[in-house]
Amino acid sequence: MAERVVDRQNQYLRIEGVTKRFGDFVAVDNVSLSIFKGEIFCLLGGSGCGKTTLLRMLAGFESPTSGRILIDGQDMAGIPPYERPVNMMFQSYALFPHMTVAANVAFGLEQEGVARPEIERRVSEMLDIVKLGEFAKRKPHQLSGGQRQRVALARALVKKPKLLLLDEPLGALDKKLREHTQFELINLQEQLGVTFVVVTHDQEEAMTLASRIGVMNKGQIVQVGTPTEIYEFPNSRFVADFIGSVNMFEGRLIEDEPGHVRIRCDDLDSTVFVSHGISAAPDAKVFVAIRPEKIEMNRGATAEGENCVGGVVREIAYMGDLSVYLVRLDGGRMVRVTIPNIERHEERIVWEERVVLRWQPSSPVVLTQ
Amino acid sequence: MVFFAIPFAIVFKISFSYMVPAQPGYAPLLEWFAETQRLVATFNLANYQVLLQDTLYLSTFLYSLKVAAFSTVLCLLLGYPMAYAIARSAPTTRNLFLMLIILPFWTSFLLRVYAWIGLLKTNGVINNTLLSLGIIDQPLVLLYTDFAVYVGIVYSYLPFMILPLYSNLEKHDLTLLEAAADLGARPVKAFFKITLPLSMPGVVAGCLLVFIPAVGEFVIPSLLGRTDQLMIGTVLSAQFFGARNWPVASAVAIALLLLLLLPILLFQRYQQRELEASRR
Repeated sequence: MAERVVDRQNQYLRIEGVTKRFGDFVAVDNVSLSIFKGEIFCLLGGSGCGKTTLLRMLAGFESPTSGRILIDGQDMAGIPPYERPVNMMFQSYALFPHMTVAANVAFGLEQEGVARPEIERRVSEMLDIVKLGEFAKRKPHQLSGGQRQRVALARALVKKPKLLLLDEPLGALDKKLREHTQFELINLQEQLGVTFVVVTHDQEEAMTLASRIGVMNKGQIVQVGTPTEIYEFPNSRFVADFIGSVNMFEGRLIEDEPGHVRIRCDDLDSTVFVSHGISAAPDAKVFVAIRPEKIEMNRGATAEGENCVGGVVREIAYMGDLSVYLVRLDGGRMVRVTIPNIERHEERIVWEERVVLRWQPSSPVVLTQ
Repeated sequence: MVFFAIPFAIVFKISFSYMVPAQPGYAPLLEWFAETQRLVATFNLANYQVLLQDTLYLSTFLYSLKVAAFSTVLCLLLGYPMAYAIARSAPTTRNLFLMLIILPFWTSFLLRVYAWIGLLKTNGVINNTLLSLGIIDQPLVLLYTDFAVYVGIVYSYLPFMILPLYSNLEKHDLTLLEAAADLGARPVKAFFKITLPLSMPGVVAGCLLVFIPAVGEFVIPSLLGRTDQLMIGTVLSAQFFGARNWPVASAVAIALLLLLLLPILLFQRYQQRELEASRR
C-alpha cells in the first residue's frame, strides 16, 4: 500500500469567501477553505447545510454569488464545467444507460480528442484498476450497485483530474459493501494521488475516508480538522453533537486556572474537574461534553468525589461488539454509556441496577458555543 | 383484436371476389348450387393483377409513401424542438403548452382542413395579406399543390409527433447532461451524444404515429392536393364509394395494410426490446 502524500505547502484548492444565494436563501455563507494536494477532504453536514452546493460550485454547475475559487492557482470564475480540470462522481452515478461500461469510461477521453488506441489503452487500464475488466461490454443496467459505483469512479478518474469531487460516494451501497468500498477508495486515491473532495452526511464515512474533515452547518464551515481533532476536540456543541453521540451538560465555571477548570453542573451532583485550561469569561455559561465510551461504569450505591455520579440503569441496547446503557442520574438526567463486550460470560450489569459513573479529568470537552 | 380481425377478414374475402353491379357490389366466394348439389368456390385474383398492371396504383403508392415520408421528417424537425422546449420549461408553463398542443383536437378535423383552403386559396388570407403588404404582386398558387398537402399533413399530425417525444424527453435524468458536461462535452455535443440517443424510442413512436396514418390519408390530399396525382387513400375511397368496385378497393386496402405491416411490426419489436431493457 502506498503512503498518502499530502503536500501541506501546496494549497491546491482555495475557496476564498465564497457565498451562494438562491433568492433570499443563503446556501453557502462566506466559506473560506484550503485543500492540500493529495488529500481526501470530506465536507460533512446534514441535509441542506450547503455542502452539495459548494461541491457543485467546484464542478462549475453553480457559480458563486461572491468569492473566488482557485484550483492549482487558476481562478475558476466563468469557466464552464466542460473546461474545468475537475471531475465529479455523482450520487446517482449518472452512468449513460445507452452506453457500455467501456464507452462510459471512454466518454471523457473522447471529448478531449485523445487518439483511439490511447483511449482504449487507458480505459482498459482504468477498468483493471477498479476490477471491472471483464464487464467492459456490459450496459449499466446489467451491473450490481457496487459495480456501477466503480464504473462511475473509473469514468471520473480516467481523465486524471486535478480534483475529484465525490457526492455521497457510498450512499447507495449496503452496509457491508460500504465498509469494503471505503478502503478500496482510500487505496485507489493513494495509488493515483488525485486530490479528493468528498461530500457526505455520514460521519462514519467521513471519519474513515478523510485526511481532514470540514463540518458544515447552515452554509458555514464550523470546524476543520483531522478526524481525531473533530471527534476528540469539537469546537462547538453542534460539532460535538453531530459527530458521534455525546452527553452534554450545561454548567458554570467556578474555577478557571491555566492548567485546569472546575465546573458546576445543575444536572450532576458533583463538580466536573477538567485537566486542561479553556478560554472563557469567569462565571460564564459553558457546556461539558463527555463521549459515552469515555465513561466508566461500575456497580455501587454511592458516588463520591469529583467526576463521579450515581444512577440507575434504565435501558440496555446490546449491539454485539458493545452495549449501550442509558443510566438515569439521581438528578433525573439520562446519560448514555457504551461498554465494550470484552468477555462473553462476564456478569453484565442489568436493568434497574444501581451504578456509579466515573470519567477521567482529561475526558470532558468544555464548549462555550 | 376482434375489432381489427373481423373487418380485416371481411375485406380480405371481398378482395378475391368478382365485382357485380348489384347490392352488395361483389359476388360471393362460396356459392351453393341447389340444382347440381355442389358448393362452388370462385376465387378472383384479377383484383391484385390490376394493382400490378395498372401503373396508376403503383405511382399512387409511391407518391403516398413519398408524401408520408417527407411529412414525417418535417414533423420530426418541427416537433423535436417544440417537444424539447416543452419538456425543459417550468412545470406551470409546461401544462399550458401541452394544452395548446391538444387544443386543435377540440374542433373537427375536417373543419380544420377546410380552414386551410380559406387560408391557401388564390384570394385567400395568405395571398391577400402578402398582396396588400406589397411583398408579391401576383397571387401565389398555394392550393391544390404538393405544398398544400404537406402543410395539411404536417399541421394535422404534428401533435402525434410532439406528444410521444415530450413524454420521452420529460423523463430524462438531467444529471446525465451534467455528467457529460463534467466529462468535457459542450452542450451541443452532449445533446447529440446523450439526449438524442436516449430519445430514440420517442422519435420512433412519433414517426410511426405520423407516417402510418399519413400514407393512407385521403381527406387532406382530396381537399388540398393536386388533381393530377392522387394518393392511395383517395384512390381507395374513390374505388369504394365512387366506382363502387369493392373487390379492387379491398385489394388496394390489403396491399396498403401489407405495406404498413412492416413498419408496424418493426415498431412492436422495438417496443418489446425497450421494455425488456427497462425491466432489467
